Amino acid sequence: MNAMLWQILQIILVVALAPLVTGYVRWVKARLNGRRGPVPIQPYRDLYRLLQKEAIVAHSASWIFRAAPYVTFASVWLAACIVPTFTTNMVLAPAADLIALVALLAVGRFWTALAGMDVGTAFGGLGASREMLIASLAEPAMLMVTFSLSLISGTTAPAQIVSFVLAGNVGVEVSLGLALAALVMVAIAENGRIPIDNPATHLELTMVHEAMVLEYSGRHLAMIEAAGMVRLTLFIALIATLFAPWGIAQPGAGALGVLVGMGAFLAKTFLLASTLAVFETSIAKMRVFRYADFLGGALLLGLLATIFLYVSEAV
Amino acid sequence: MLIAGALLSLPLLALFAVLAGGRHSGHSITYAGCFVAAIALLAGGLTYLGGHDASPRLVLPLGLPWLKAHFRIDNLSALFMLMINLGAAAASAFAVGYSRHLPQRRRVTPFYPLFLLAMNLVLMADDAFTFLVSWEFMSLASWLMVVSDHTEEENRRAGNVYLIMAAFGTFCLLPAFGLMAGPGGDFTFDAMRIKDLGLMGGFLVALLAILGAGSKAGLVPLHAWLPLAHPAAPSHVSALMSGVMTKVALYGMIRILLDLHGTLSWHWGAGLMLVGGITAVMGVLYAVLQDDLKTLLAYSTVENIGVAVIGLGLAIAFKGDGQTELAALALVASLYHMANHSVFKTLLFLGAGAVISATGHRSLTVLGGLLKRMPWTGTTFLVGAAAISALPPLNGFVSEWLILQSLFKGPAMPHWAMKFGVPVVAAFLALAAALAATCFVRAYGIAFLGRPRSTDAAQATEVSFGMRLSMVVLAVLCVVLGVIPVTVTDALSHAVQPLTGTQFAVSADLGWPWLSPVSATRGAYSGTILVMFGLALFAITIFAVHRLGTQAIRRADPWDCGHPEDIPQTQYTSQSFAQPLRRAFGHTIFKARETVVMPEPGDDAPATHKVTMFDPIWSGLYAPLGRVIGWIADHVNRLQYLTVRGYLLMMFLTLVFMLLVVAVRQQL
Repeated sequence: MNAMLWQILQIILVVALAPLVTGYVRWVKARLNGRRGPVPIQPYRDLYRLLQKEAIVAHSASWIFRAAPYVTFASVWLAACIVPTFTTNMVLAPAADLIALVALLAVGRFWTALAGMDVGTAFGGLGASREMLIASLAEPAMLMVTFSLSLISGTTAPAQIVSFVLAGNVGVEVSLGLALAALVMVAIAENGRIPIDNPATHLELTMVHEAMVLEYSGRHLAMIEAAGMVRLTLFIALIATLFAPWGIAQPGAGALGVLVGMGAFLAKTFLLASTLAVFETSIAKMRVFRYADFLGGALLLGLLATIFLYVSEAV
Repeated sequence: MLIAGALLSLPLLALFAVLAGGRHSGHSITYAGCFVAAIALLAGGLTYLGGHDASPRLVLPLGLPWLKAHFRIDNLSALFMLMINLGAAAASAFAVGYSRHLPQRRRVTPFYPLFLLAMNLVLMADDAFTFLVSWEFMSLASWLMVVSDHTEEENRRAGNVYLIMAAFGTFCLLPAFGLMAGPGGDFTFDAMRIKDLGLMGGFLVALLAILGAGSKAGLVPLHAWLPLAHPAAPSHVSALMSGVMTKVALYGMIRILLDLHGTLSWHWGAGLMLVGGITAVMGVLYAVLQDDLKTLLAYSTVENIGVAVIGLGLAIAFKGDGQTELAALALVASLYHMANHSVFKTLLFLGAGAVISATGHRSLTVLGGLLKRMPWTGTTFLVGAAAISALPPLNGFVSEWLILQSLFKGPAMPHWAMKFGVPVVAAFLALAAALAATCFVRAYGIAFLGRPRSTDAAQATEVSFGMRLSMVVLAVLCVVLGVIPVTVTDALSHAVQPLTGTQFAVSADLGWPWLSPVSATRGAYSGTILVMFGLALFAITIFAVHRLGTQAIRRADPWDCGHPEDIPQTQYTSQSFAQPLRRAFGHTIFKARETVVMPEPGDDAPATHKVTMFDPIWSGLYAPLGRVIGWIADHVNRLQYLTVRGYLLMMFLTLVFMLLVVAVRQQL
C-alpha cells in the first residue's frame, strides 16, 4: 500500500519539480554571466502562458505532429517515475529497469524526431537528423553504463542498485568513475546542453533540438518544453541516485525516513543543477561533426568501465 | 491429418495457378487457398507445441528406394511452424489484392505455394535426405520468384548471386550431414543424435553448418546475396523471404548445432556471438544509408539475424559451459527475437508493397507525405518501425531486453575470452539497436511524413481492404507480443527444454506479468504494468492540458523559421538525413567521400555534389574471390582443347595417382 502511495508522490514530484530545476539552472547561469536573470519559478509562468495560447498546426502536418508532444511528455514522465529519487519502495520499481528507462527515453526521441519531419520543412529534417546521430551514440553509451553497474551490483534495477550500494558493498572503483563520466556525457547530450547543443539558441547552424520543434506553438510547445524539463530532472536524479544514493529510504523505513530521503534528494538535485550551470558557463559549444568524437568517447568509457572491472579483479 | 491435408493442397494450388493462366480470379483463388493452408498449418503447429512428449512421426516410401522419407514434428519444429505460417498467412492474404498490380504475376503465383510447401517440409524433415531436398526446393522456388521480373538487369544479377550463394550453402550442408551420418549410411536424425563425431568431425560439422545455414540466414560476410535478392522479388515474396525464410535457415542452424551435434564447446558459441554482433552492426550501417525502401528493409533483416545469432551463440556458449539455465534464457531470447522479426519484418515488407502498388516507386527520394494519403498503411508501418527500433511496449523491445539481460550474465563464465568478448558484443548490440531507430526514423520520416516529393506520391491512394487487413493483424501482433511477454516466453520454453535440458520459466519469481530472468532482484520487466501506467499518464496529460489551457487550434502554412519554401525539394531527403551518419560511421568503414564540383565563375552550369562509397565486403572479399575463380576457370578451360594423346596421357596419370593413393593407404 505504501509502495503505491510513494509511487504517486514520485509521479507528482518529478513533474512539479522539473520547471523549478530548469528555472534554477537558468537563474544561476544568468548570475554567473553577471545578469539578474528571471526568477527560478519563471518556467511555471511560461508553461501556463503557452497553455493559454492557441496551437498553430501547419496544413501539411499529420496526426503524428499533434500526438507527438503528448507521447513524448508521457514517455519521459513514465521514465522519470522509474528512478527511485527518495525511496526504493515503489510500485514501478520491478516493472522497469535501466534498460527499459533507456528505451522509454528513446520512445520520446523517436516521436519528436518524426514530428520534426512531419511538416516537411528543411529545419525539421535537419534537427531530426542531428538528434538521431546523437542518439545513436548516446543510447549505447548509456547501455554500457548499465552493463558495468549490473556487473558490479548484479542487477539492472535502479532500486536494487541503490540497496546494494547502501548496504556498503561497493568501495571506490575505477569502473565507477568511468561509468559516471560516461553517464554525465550522455546526460549532457540527451538534454541538449552545452557543449552539444545550446538550449537558448535559435541560430540555425547550432540548433539540434530547437530545430526539430520549430513548428510547435501553444500547448504543443508547452508539452515539448515540459518534457525537456522532466528529462533534465530525470538525468540529475538518475546520476544522484546511482552514484550518490545516500539518504534514499529503503523499504521498511517509516514516514520519517521518506522525509529524510526527500530532503536529501532536493539537496542533491540543486547541487547538481548548480554544477551544470557552472559547467555550461565555462565551456563553449562544439561543432556538429565533433559530436561523434565526444559521444564515441562516452561509449568507449562505458566499455572501459566494464573491462576495468576484470582488470581490477585480476590485479 | 490437418497438416497433411494442408501440405497436399499446396502443390494442387500450384497446379491450379498454372491452369488458371492470366485470369485475375485464378491468382486470387490461389493466394486465398495458400492463406487457408497456412492457417491450417498454423493451427497444426499450435496443437503440437508443448504438452506432447511423443512427437508425431511419419515414414513415407519417397525418394531413393533404400532411403525412406522421415517426418517428425517436435516442439522446435512446431514453434517454427507457428512463426513461418503466421507470416505466410499474412503475406498470402495480402497477395490476394496485391497480385493484381504485378506485371509478371504468372511467373510468381505457381511457385508461391511450392515455396510454402518446401519451407514447411524443411521444418518437418527428420532425415538428412528429406531436409536437404526440401532446403534446395525452398531455394529454387524462391529463386524463380526473384528472377520473375527478369527484364531488369539488376534482378538478373540478383538471381545470379543468389543462385551461387544458395549452391554454396547446400554445398556446405551436404558434407556436414555426411559426416554426421550414422553407421551404414543411416541418414535419420535419430542416428545422428547418438553418433559420436570425434574431435575433427565435430569441428568440421559445426563449421560447415554455420557456413551453410549462415549463408542462407545472411550472416556477414555471407550476406551479399540477401540485399540483392530479397528486394528483387515481388513484395509479398520479399516479406516471406526476409521475414520467414531466414527463420528456416536459423532453424537449420539450431537443429544441427544444438540438437544433432550434441557436443559443442563454448568456443563455437563465443565465435558465433561475435559474428552475430558484427552482422548486426554492419547490417544496420548498410541499412541506414540506403535509399531504396526494400533494400533498406533487407539490410535491416541482416541486422536482426545478427541480433538473433548473438542470443544463439550465447546459448551455445552457456550450454558448452554447463550453465543450462542461462543457456535456456539466451535461447528463449533468441527465439523470441526470431518470432518478433518474422512479425514486424513481414509487416514492413507488406507496407513497402502497399507503397509500391500505390505510387509505383520504392526510392525514398520520390516519396513523402504518404501518411495523410494512406492512413492505414502509414499507421501500421509506424507500428512496425517502432517495434523494429526496439521501443517499448512493442515486441522488439522485449526480445532485445532479454538478449541484453542474458549478455549481462555472460561474464559469469570462467573464460577470459568471454569476459572481454561479451561487453564488446553488448556494445555492438546496443549500437545496432540505436542505429536501427535512426534508420527507421529516417525511412518513415522521408516516405510517410513531410510533403510529397513527386506527383506519384501526391496522388497515392490507400490500398484495398484485404491488404490493409493483413497489415493491421500483424501490427496488432506487434503490440500483443510486447505486452504479454511472459505468455510468449512460457510457450518458447517448451521448445527450448529438449535442447538445453532445463525447464526454464522466465517469470519464476514474480509471477505472470513480470519478466524476471534469473531472480526477482536481478532486474525485471513487465510490459503489461508499464503499458497500464503509461496509458494512465498519457490520459492524465491530455486531460490536464485541455483543462488548464485552451483547446483552440489554427491551421496555417508552415513557419519554417520565417522563410518557408513552397518547393518540396527543399525538404530533407534520404541522402541529406544520412549525411551526418555517413560522416561519422561511413568515412572509415565504407570509405565514403563527398566532392562538390563548383563551376567556374561566369559559368552557368549547376554545381554538383557527388558521394562515393565502397562496399568493403563486396570489393574486399567477393570481387577478388570472383577474379580468382575466373582465372582458374580460364586456365582449366584449356583442358577442353587437348589432343587425343593429351587426354590419354591425363587418364594414365590419373590412374597412376589413384593407384599410389591406394598403395599408400594399404601401407598405413
